Amino acid sequence: MSQKIAHPKAWLFVLPVVLLVAFNAIIPLMTVVNYSVQETFGNNLFFWEGVRWFQDVLRSERYQASLMRQLTFTGIILLIEIPLGVAIALSMPRKGPWVSVCLVLMALPLLIPWNVVGAMWNIFSLPDIGLLGRTLNGLGFDYDYTQGPLAAWFTVILMDVWHWTSLVVLLAYAGLSSIPQPYYHAAKIDGASTWAIIRYIELPKMKRVLAIAILLRFMDSFMIYTEPFVLTGGGPGNTTTFLSIDLVKVALGQFDLGPAAAMSLIYFLIILLLSWLFYTLIMRNEQQ
Amino acid sequence: MSPSASGRIPTDLTLEGGAFNLLLGTTLSGKTTLLHMMAGLDRPTGGEIWFNGKNVTGVSAQKRNVSMVHQQFINFPNFNVFENIASPLRVARQSRAEIDRKVGEVAELLQLTQLLSRNPQELSGGQQQRTALARALVKDSDLVLLDEPLANLDFKLREELRDELPKIFETRGCIVVYATSEPAEALLLGGHTATLHEGCVTQFGKTAEIYRRPHDLLSARVLSDPPINTAKIRKTGNRFILNENVSWPVSRALKAMADASYTVGIRPHHISTSSTTDAVMVVGKVLITELSGSESTIHFEVDGRTWVSQSSGIHAFEVGTEANFYIDVARCLFFDDQDKLVTV
Repeated sequence: MSQKIAHPKAWLFVLPVVLLVAFNAIIPLMTVVNYSVQETFGNNLFFWEGVRWFQDVLRSERYQASLMRQLTFTGIILLIEIPLGVAIALSMPRKGPWVSVCLVLMALPLLIPWNVVGAMWNIFSLPDIGLLGRTLNGLGFDYDYTQGPLAAWFTVILMDVWHWTSLVVLLAYAGLSSIPQPYYHAAKIDGASTWAIIRYIELPKMKRVLAIAILLRFMDSFMIYTEPFVLTGGGPGNTTTFLSIDLVKVALGQFDLGPAAAMSLIYFLIILLLSWLFYTLIMRNEQQ
Repeated sequence: MSPSASGRIPTDLTLEGGAFNLLLGTTLSGKTTLLHMMAGLDRPTGGEIWFNGKNVTGVSAQKRNVSMVHQQFINFPNFNVFENIASPLRVARQSRAEIDRKVGEVAELLQLTQLLSRNPQELSGGQQQRTALARALVKDSDLVLLDEPLANLDFKLREELRDELPKIFETRGCIVVYATSEPAEALLLGGHTATLHEGCVTQFGKTAEIYRRPHDLLSARVLSDPPINTAKIRKTGNRFILNENVSWPVSRALKAMADASYTVGIRPHHISTSSTTDAVMVVGKVLITELSGSESTIHFEVDGRTWVSQSSGIHAFEVGTEANFYIDVARCLFFDDQDKLVTV
């Protein structure tokens, strides 16, 4: 190895990025850190509190319940959206005029603003006038998402699956289309069945994009706010109060800035930690 | 075997085992399409494909006993080399002992024994292609299709594997069909060649025979690298007249040719830069000189046509100058106005 030459001026080239990241991420984050360790009063009075807010938040049953709801929600939608997305991508045509039709149809839900999605499903699911609500009640189900927790969860999950499965489909489809044709020929000549082609060629070749799909869906669903907020407002009761909805209630509803800041930091660290875990696990698998 | 897909495009071919059958043609000449039809991956729009006395036109690839090696290195990405080679045997539900024995045998033949536990990503291109070859061999298929298997390998590996391939298939009774776009590769591999041009089989026969006596100008062009030189030539009485300066007497063997206009085909290494007996001199303007270690390839212009001379030894010429070139007229090929080889 040749000796590296130190050039102090080289730092100047990094400076714009450092400044950008500082304004973009570090300074806002530090204000949150600032709030999370102090008690705030009017007239900009601050008192040092140390880790008290963190202890409070972690011990609070309300926070634990929101966290559990959040984990359950994210787990369920990952379990549905990933396999469903892969299945849809596998059944989409690989060539011909229908490709663009399918892709546009798939991309449509992704183009709708989140609060519109919430409002759409709000009306769509109303038990008295909504298409879904009336149909389900007409079929004999006692369905009212404003009253029943189960109905509310069902609606929120269905909405998320409708809104976001497309993303998984598009990513999986991109992975599929990058598999060279000779792989399929080779498999056919070897006498491989359709299932064997999926299991031994398509899934392994899709691994990377699927890792990204899981990561994106995990992060996005863990931060979900707008859609359930518009649809159920966190109710009935607080059965669909996910972490971010709870956070807004604490920060802006009750104006408890200290606990809210501590909550935000814990929230952020959980996402960071789980994303890192996912990523290393999937990538380590890749290397083996 | 007799795949005759004579519908819109004449592609009648009868291939036999024992020697390499080569499909030679440029990109898009139809080599891969023909291979796919033989494999059962594509159906011909017309005509039939027969194998061992059976019509297999509509039989799917899964049900034919064929194997194929592609230009790209195709192996199962998450199987190691052993599992990759074993995969066709596993599909055929053979016993473990049988699989171990056959994989071991083929791995030995292709020098993969040391690499059996590696994954394809950890192999060099040559080793990946050996693995793909092993997968094709282990099946004991009646028909082995090789679609430019060496094209993606670097030069040294290509030479090495090209030498080995005929030996590997020597003792097996299968029919080997090898598609290539390189005339030199076809000549090196020998066997039989079908020259392809725009989807048509222009000629099929012993490779050396096509080289010596191509039926027509197309076949001569397909099996010639650098491209064969051509020019209009007139026969009047007992002289061939290329232009007002260059003419030569008709040899005794060609006396019977009718007086007419012909296309003369001269292979680049039948045009030399030094005089020999019976050679006819032409003067040309040097356009490009390519000097390899022991060979000179010189592009020059005669009567507005670009010709190529290839001779051994280093002959440096100034580009743009006039130089003398010597045609070995005894080796010239003559094509009639239908571009068919003139035989007398």
